[in-house]
Amino acid sequence: MADGRTSTGSSGSRLLGVITLVGLASLLLFAFVLTEPDVRLHPTTGEKFGQFDAVRLIYLHVPMAVLTYAAFLTCAASSAFYLVRRGAWWDVTAHASAEVGTVFCGLVLVTGSIWGRPVWNTWWEWGDVRLMTTLVLFLLFTGYLALRRTAADPQRQARRAAAVALIAVLDIPLINRSVEWWENRTLHQQSTLAELKIEDLTLFTLMLGFLVFGLVFAWLMLHRFRVGWLEQAQARHDVTLAIAERQAEMETLDVGAAIGESGGEK
Amino acid sequence: MRELLIDARLIAIKDLRIEARSRVLLNQVAPFALLVLVLFGFALDADQRTLRSFAPGLFWVAVLLAALLAVQRSTSLERADDAQTGLRLSGMAPSSVFLGKAAAVFLQLAVLEVLLTIGIVVLYGSQVDDPVLLILTAATAAVAVAATGTLYGALASGLGARETLLPILLLPVLAPVLIGATRSFDDALGTAAVDGWAWLGLLAVFGLVATALGALAHGAMIEN
Amino acid sequence: MVELRGAVALLGNFPALAGIDLSIDATEIVLIQGPNGAGKTTLLQLCAGLLRPAGGDVVVLGHDLARERRAVRRQVALLGHSTCLYGDLTAAENITFWAKAAGLTGTDVHSRFASAAELMGLDQRLLARTVNVLSAGQRRRTSIAALAVRRPELWLLDEPHAGLDQAGRDAVDSIITDAVGAGATVLVSSHELDRVRSLSPRVVTIAAGMVVADSVHNSHTTRGSGEPGGAPNA
Repeated sequence: MADGRTSTGSSGSRLLGVITLVGLASLLLFAFVLTEPDVRLHPTTGEKFGQFDAVRLIYLHVPMAVLTYAAFLTCAASSAFYLVRRGAWWDVTAHASAEVGTVFCGLVLVTGSIWGRPVWNTWWEWGDVRLMTTLVLFLLFTGYLALRRTAADPQRQARRAAAVALIAVLDIPLINRSVEWWENRTLHQQSTLAELKIEDLTLFTLMLGFLVFGLVFAWLMLHRFRVGWLEQAQARHDVTLAIAERQAEMETLDVGAAIGESGGEK
Repeated sequence: MRELLIDARLIAIKDLRIEARSRVLLNQVAPFALLVLVLFGFALDADQRTLRSFAPGLFWVAVLLAALLAVQRSTSLERADDAQTGLRLSGMAPSSVFLGKAAAVFLQLAVLEVLLTIGIVVLYGSQVDDPVLLILTAATAAVAVAATGTLYGALASGLGARETLLPILLLPVLAPVLIGATRSFDDALGTAAVDGWAWLGLLAVFGLVATALGALAHGAMIEN
Repeated sequence: MVELRGAVALLGNFPALAGIDLSIDATEIVLIQGPNGAGKTTLLQLCAGLLRPAGGDVVVLGHDLARERRAVRRQVALLGHSTCLYGDLTAAENITFWAKAAGLTGTDVHSRFASAAELMGLDQRLLARTVNVLSAGQRRRTSIAALAVRRPELWLLDEPHAGLDQAGRDAVDSIITDAVGAGATVLVSSHELDRVRSLSPRVVTIAAGMVVADSVHNSHTTRGSGEPGGAPNA
């Protein structure tokens, strides 16, 4: 390996990993055990209503959704910097954040679907702005990752990927706007936090969710970035080696023989 | 600016002349688009009322599928004998190449849309309530699809597996065009009470942005 | 005209040119020979402004190709392995299209068309055919005629005689001598040197992406090049 590194781990990232694991465990404890389910009493009939245990998904779903958008914005910003500055660092960051973002985006769609089933009585709702935008976003970045997997000249691929990421992000407002006009309705709570009686513990758990998923995000990004960086370093190393090899090759080559006769010019 | 448009015209005429000779669009893509309409008929219902109410959406899905083929044909012209390298070596501004190729795709899509309109009137029994809105929507959406398609065609060309890569890259980006054009057609064909003119505005914005972006970015797409 | 100092060009991550030093004066004809994979084609593509120099200095017709590559292209003609013709257009339409694409006006194209076509032995009947039905040799002639109409300052010819009959080869030779007579510079690559030897005394041999010999045939002197290897052994 070019710089002697053989793994993406370091003492810092291992510490981060441990903290993340502890955080995840405590988040699960708070989200699924310590917080109360959403049960409200109807003021007149006294009937129980609310989201019951399903509301607990908020602690996973909402932080992941926010981080998805953060990841894709990071990808777009890095892509823009790459097109202007041409630094490999930006390219690797863009690729890493797109990959991590796509994973989060997929999880948002899955958890949203699972949450929607008991609460809205449907796995999927066509015409919901946020659902549709997120789905198209997922598909856009699936295309981005597909492009990243083609066997092409690395720089050419990087530039095209950057263009795709920028267009994808520019497309988001248009998708959002068109879906909004399309059906003009949403099942999403306008403000979940206001509607559900948010108590101290609930709010704390939600904040903990943001923090813990932020850590997961950082840990994944760190490793994915290092993988990309090592790949780039390897490629640069290969070029240096190959140039040296070509120069060595020339010294041992019998040029006269290789081009047939033609040595007669001396 | 004048040189830009003269060069763009040169490219567009070249592409259209090749189409006039080879008739790939007319003999292959147009029948395919009509076939899609027929397949929708088989798949959905033999009942013309059902088909008529879905006609706008089916029309635009058929346009997008045919547009994929038109764009692939457009880029393969330049790849066949490495003419794309010839274009780079000619020193022509990449924006001209983009505008010319997009214009040629636009005209071909316009012909397809005429055929498909006849198709939905005959096969699905659609009735045109607002011909002006219909024509403007078809033209504006064709600009958006042609510009975006040409940009992504150039982008995917030169990467491996481009025939399979183009749809997954292009179709999600065109989602707003599909929604907007369908809703606008809903108004023009009287299948739903919506304001088609507002949607036309969205399509126009998309078309303008895609054309400007494509003209600016084409150079970076074809250089290596 | 053409100045290369330690020029490196990458194809992907492969260094097709691993440090080329070469200096060519105006109206010079330089023959480039070397085994397959030596980097002949890449060298010509680099000089034409198609590839970005990955290292070293590359100056062609006064343009530093590290910074501006598009500017040089209108003054250069590269005849590569592909003929860059549209199969559904006629030979005449192709020649006209490429001339106009290179910025020539209609009147210029009109006045130069006939002489270029005649020089490459393309008669009216052949010019009116679509390229699809032309033979490989006829396509190559069409392609060269399309370049000749542009009257470039620098010709980069990659195996220009390949696939041509004797008349075609003679036509290429006269294109080269005419061009030099009009003040142009010519680089010709070939792995069959005997065919082109008569064109010029200066032969540059490259191998493994580097210049191994740069010799002038008649005067028995070796120019430039402190490269290892020296002239190939007789």
